[in-house]
Amino acid sequence: MATASSSSPSHSNSVIPLPRSFLFRNNSKGNFDRFIPNRSAMDFDYAHFALTEGRGEEEKEELSSSRRAYNKSLAETLNLNRTRILAFMNKPYSKEASASSLHLQQFKPPLKPPRRIPNSPDRILDAPGIVDDFYLNILDWGSANMLAIALDNSVCLWNVSTGSATEFVVYEEDKGPVTSLNWAHDGIHLGVGLNNGEVDIWDCESETLQRTLEGCHYTRVGSLAWNSDILTTGGMDGRILNNDVRIRSHVVATYKGHSQEVCGLKWSGCGQRLASGGNDRLVHIWDRSSSTRWLQRLRGHSSAVKALAWCPFQSNLLATGGGEGDRKVKFWNAERGACLNTVDTGSQVSSLLWSKNERELLGSHGSQLTLWKYPSMVKMAELPGHTSRILSMAQSPDGCTVVSIAGDEALKVWNVFGAPETAKKAVPKAAREPFSRVGGIR
Amino acid sequence: MASKTAAAKDIITLHGSAAIVSEFFCYAANSILYNRAVYPEESFVKVKKYGLPMLLTQDESVKSFLSNLTSQISEWLEAGKLQRVVLVIMSKATGEVLERWNFRVETDSEVVEKGVSREKSDKEIMREIQAIMRQVASSITYLPCLDEPCVFDVLAYTDTDVAVPFTWVESDPKLIANPQMVKLHAFDTKIHKVDTLVSYKNDEWDEEE
Repeated sequence: MATASSSSPSHSNSVIPLPRSFLFRNNSKGNFDRFIPNRSAMDFDYAHFALTEGRGEEEKEELSSSRRAYNKSLAETLNLNRTRILAFMNKPYSKEASASSLHLQQFKPPLKPPRRIPNSPDRILDAPGIVDDFYLNILDWGSANMLAIALDNSVCLWNVSTGSATEFVVYEEDKGPVTSLNWAHDGIHLGVGLNNGEVDIWDCESETLQRTLEGCHYTRVGSLAWNSDILTTGGMDGRILNNDVRIRSHVVATYKGHSQEVCGLKWSGCGQRLASGGNDRLVHIWDRSSSTRWLQRLRGHSSAVKALAWCPFQSNLLATGGGEGDRKVKFWNAERGACLNTVDTGSQVSSLLWSKNERELLGSHGSQLTLWKYPSMVKMAELPGHTSRILSMAQSPDGCTVVSIAGDEALKVWNVFGAPETAKKAVPKAAREPFSRVGGIR
Repeated sequence: MASKTAAAKDIITLHGSAAIVSEFFCYAANSILYNRAVYPEESFVKVKKYGLPMLLTQDESVKSFLSNLTSQISEWLEAGKLQRVVLVIMSKATGEVLERWNFRVETDSEVVEKGVSREKSDKEIMREIQAIMRQVASSITYLPCLDEPCVFDVLAYTDTDVAVPFTWVESDPKLIANPQMVKLHAFDTKIHKVDTLVSYKNDEWDEEE
């Protein structure tokens, strides 16, 4: 550029006055790449100026800045992951509603007095011979108020209403021990997962074995989850199968995604989404109607994920808890796969249960139960009582009572979620409606 | 001495800038809700702000919504995590998005990282904001009539590394298909630059004519 000042302009017919720096740009190589016959008749200065719009030396810089802006806008439009779009939830009433809401506010019922949470168990039962294995799901409370518990090779039933306990079935050594239990929604059929990979379905009213699902898992079945007529099984081989118990070839879908043992399975309240947790530290969200690929793969736990709980009041909210090496409870938006919150509990999370009446979450952390307020995650109560780590928890059909089983061979009953009378409304739900099975078919 | 105070006045910090911008959002939202008649006229009171008569809602639920919103926004602004705030006006009946008021925020990353301050007089910023507010108020002249009950929603575009607060949920962008767009003035605190743009549903009525 320094040469520009020393030479005189060769084109006197410039249309507009130009800064000196432009004048000899046409001599620099690269501006001419083809033969032009009559140069003297052309106004190169003007042409150059018109092309570059007087950018001159800044040309390069400006180009890169416009390039940057272009790249930025390109990234904005193409890569939607760059930003997170959030909406504020506590929406105000719209204008019609505002008048009635004011009216309602005046007649708001007085605040409920804080509930007393008993910090000792309501009842304690012995559970001799329980298998102290974190990966098994050996406790479930059915909708007919029957509690099923696996004690080594046998399944015991405890009728909570009458208080009678029976040893329901004892398996042979080569089949047992019993590795998972799950009640169907009717409260009559019980799925029993076994160490040899078989799954039995028992009718507990007539005490008959209805069906044995075999040949699908070759290793122990550590988790079961019913969804109307579908029994979902999760095995040590990492496979999750949907078994339609009404048809002969019962495997209707296979969910592949876990590379290690599946230790947690939960269907969402609506029955459309399945959450699975595995020893490979992953949580998957599956769709009921398609098994090709997971909807979401939730990474974040650094240990096996056994505790899974779908929120009853917010349909896509999932709480998960990690094992010994992780000790965290995480909250997820299951539709989008976003982690909403993480809380370090300080010990292994074996089970999580939401309250059906209040915004509360009960977790079993090590040998104690902790009641958390959601979403603030303030500890409302800590319930020590077990002398060994808690393996599983189950919630009564009315949602008020929780039972926990620990390695100390004790089964403890806790009234953590409020007094039973507040939950009376929930009880009729447990009663079986006629044709309820018919409606569930399709 | 006099020069010293004058200089002190013109210095703007990150905190101050975040306060100015979030306050601007609050007033702008109020003004939009009033001018677009999302809430009834009688629920607003007049105050003087930015050298203009501004209207503020007296509806308790809207007030608390906006105050919660602005406090969260100013937190994000101070962290330099906010990219955009969008006020969406939707039809109450169908949920169709009718208008999007888009406030794009550009943050000077140097200020956030190094904590330096910038110089710009308060007066100048206020004058820029005033120009936007005037445009918002005058926008009713060209925006299509909202002749059905409407609701509004606020979306915040943040960086992906932001933890989602519990009162917020992830949302879709609620875009309008084939919108008309009008760019309004911008203001700049030298730390945060705010561009304003309103996009609205193409009035089909016009096209038929």
